[in-house]
Amino acid sequence: MTAIHQKGQKVIALNGDEAVAYAVKQCDVDVVAAYPITPQTIIVEKFSEYVHDGEVDTEFICTESEHSALTCCLTAAAVGARTFTATASAGLALMHEILYVTSGCRAPVVMAVANRALSAPINIHCDHSDSMAERDSGWIQLYAENSQEAYDSIIQAFRIAEHLEILLPTLVGLDGFFLSHTLENVAVLPDETVRNFVKQRQFPLVENHDGKMVPFKLDPENPITIGPLDLQDYYFEHKRQQEEGMQKAPEIIRKIHDEFAERSGRTYGNGLVETYGLDDAELVTVCLGSTAGTVKTVVDQLRAKGVKAGLLRIRAFRPLPVQDIVEALRNAKAIAVMDRSCSFGGYGGPVFHEIRHALYDSNLHPPTVDYIYGLGGRDMPQHMIQRIYQDLEKIRITGKIQHPVQFIGLRE
Amino acid sequence: MSSEWKFTAKEIAERTDLFMSGHRACAGCAPATVHRLVLKAIRGPTIATNSTGCMEVTSTIYPFTAWKIPWIHTAFETAAANASGIETALKVLKRKDRIEHEHVDVIAFGGDGGTFDIGIQALSGAVERGHDFLYVLYDNEAYMNTGIQRSGGTPLGAWTTTSPAGRRIPGKPQLKKPIADIMVAHEMPYVATASPAFWTDLLRKVRRGLEVDGPAFLHVIAPCPRGWRSDPSKSIAISRLAVETCTFPLWEATDGEYSLSAPSKVMALRPERKKTVTEYLKMQGRFRHLFKPEFEHVIGRIQETVNKRWHKLLGKCNIS
Ligand SMILES: Cc1ncc(C[n+]2csc(CCOP(=O)(O)OP(=O)(O)O)c2C)c(N)n1
Ligand code: SF4
Ligand SMILES: [Mg+2]
Repeated sequence: MTAIHQKGQKVIALNGDEAVAYAVKQCDVDVVAAYPITPQTIIVEKFSEYVHDGEVDTEFICTESEHSALTCCLTAAAVGARTFTATASAGLALMHEILYVTSGCRAPVVMAVANRALSAPINIHCDHSDSMAERDSGWIQLYAENSQEAYDSIIQAFRIAEHLEILLPTLVGLDGFFLSHTLENVAVLPDETVRNFVKQRQFPLVENHDGKMVPFKLDPENPITIGPLDLQDYYFEHKRQQEEGMQKAPEIIRKIHDEFAERSGRTYGNGLVETYGLDDAELVTVCLGSTAGTVKTVVDQLRAKGVKAGLLRIRAFRPLPVQDIVEALRNAKAIAVMDRSCSFGGYGGPVFHEIRHALYDSNLHPPTVDYIYGLGGRDMPQHMIQRIYQDLEKIRITGKIQHPVQFIGLRE
Repeated sequence: MSSEWKFTAKEIAERTDLFMSGHRACAGCAPATVHRLVLKAIRGPTIATNSTGCMEVTSTIYPFTAWKIPWIHTAFETAAANASGIETALKVLKRKDRIEHEHVDVIAFGGDGGTFDIGIQALSGAVERGHDFLYVLYDNEAYMNTGIQRSGGTPLGAWTTTSPAGRRIPGKPQLKKPIADIMVAHEMPYVATASPAFWTDLLRKVRRGLEVDGPAFLHVIAPCPRGWRSDPSKSIAISRLAVETCTFPLWEATDGEYSLSAPSKVMALRPERKKTVTEYLKMQGRFRHLFKPEFEHVIGRIQETVNKRWHKLLGKCNIS
């Protein structure tokens, strides 16, 4: 608390959506284009109030679809604006086509996703099916554990997306309802501090058709063509450049996280992954999002009983911080990955794919299993997490895996 | 009322081309002519955007571009959303003193596929929200970029690869969607139709569309020799016949008030000048099958439809 007061912060009760809207309000955003969908709607409602009450100098485009919302953000960003949108579930799925166009055009749009299940059957509650389905779309993906982190991450996201070495759209996931609709004490920075932190957008220089170096934006003074037809002879190089932006991102995400921490006093691991009790942990779970909060409680309980339990929370899922993951899991004797989405027909969920895959190159191959949990908002209570650690203990002792991939917390 | 803007042919010829030669459109491509003409009429700094289609594809093959003004493409159904984002960004950045230009115009180009069909939602939304931009529909009456498939803008009876001239069904069984009237129904400030054959009228309408506050929509007929199976040297002649047969009448609607434009007014005042649709159809291979005895009745239906729509238009223009 002292840290908070030292930095001139104030603590207010906000749910996750409101925390996001509050952050956006402070970031000198030029254009917000969005379309309502539960559990994101509070963000657009709240932001509309800011606009209508004259609290922000932002144009809010209330579009006729998410597809257009993201498109508006993309082209507004191409003109030089700082842009933001928010969505969930079906809305993100509807944006799918434009997600790729946005990253391909190197438009640094920031988006909040209040994670929600995909239809059918229709369900408004939390899981990660929506953003996991977009993991290959060229967007940076950060997942928040609580509303405070959602607030902090949105502010950092503008710096990350707009960084000249990155220039990639950035998504911040917050768990639908668990975070989006749950009141929490959120410490907010003074407007000034945030504004100084995010700064104004800068533009890299690119070569135009007259061989002149011009800012990369739609500017009548220096015309350039963005989003052309790009065939066998150049497309591949452009995609490679996108991946290079991604590869540079972990280091920059970390630095921006640290820089923000100096102002806020808050850290989330190293900005890419957060470890909890991992130093000497033998039984480790890996998860992302709000579940980490419950896992931490369970880890504390187990630690009190002398069980060497630990948690690795992935904050940056894209780009995947491979080195940090391998490093964090170096001493693990048994690992349980928790996936809040299903890769139907695949071998486990998307987080499992990545974690086991990352471990393959390390000399250690601790037994690693996957639990698919919480689809459609199904609760993940402490006793279920305890069961996972019990399973891990068995695996540690016997060295045998009975079920590499299983569902947990449902009728079977 | 179209623009007061005065110009001579010489002045227009001398204006720098902003849609330049070197693009890869086919010989006789009227859509390319339309793009060039539209940019001849701009009044200052302008940003353009296209939906996916022939004109986007042929004008921007990386690392080349035919565009001398800032230009962006995102997707097929997004031309109007592109314009919405651009216009909004310009507005707010101007307000925040982050761009120098006093004003920047925004033009969105969409093909018939990108406008009548897949892009109509984004277009309707953008117009309802009142963004200040000009939407130019270059209508070559089919999805040409993907190899001539029917669209909501393809006329009755026309052959396309998805409305083939079959033994039983002779081309497209449905009528062309009255898109410009649908736009007028949005109660937008300015809607007009144009033909590259009447280029001064077209230029003035472009200028008017840019001058009005709020959204403007310009529907331009644009023959495609590839898809229409027509002589590449006859694209302008065909766009003239489209008007002279009243298949594609020229009009404008300012705040919902329709008025006929000069080239079509002639047809209204001197009905004997109105040519039959046959003259128009016979220049285009896409209608060839209709000249077989078993399908001639379709030509009759086309003529009836043209007459019906023409009279309806005369009524809207208060000409009886
Ligand atoms: C979502 C989507 N569906 C389909 C396509 C394939 N496609 C590209 S251009 C095009 C047709 C374009 O037709 P139109 O708008 O009339 O322009 P034209 O090529 O005739 O100039 C189609 C179907 C696409 N690019 N995107
Ligand atoms: S196919 Fe038609 S519209 Fe496309 S470039 Fe050729 S003539 Fe022009
Ligand atoms: Mg077409």
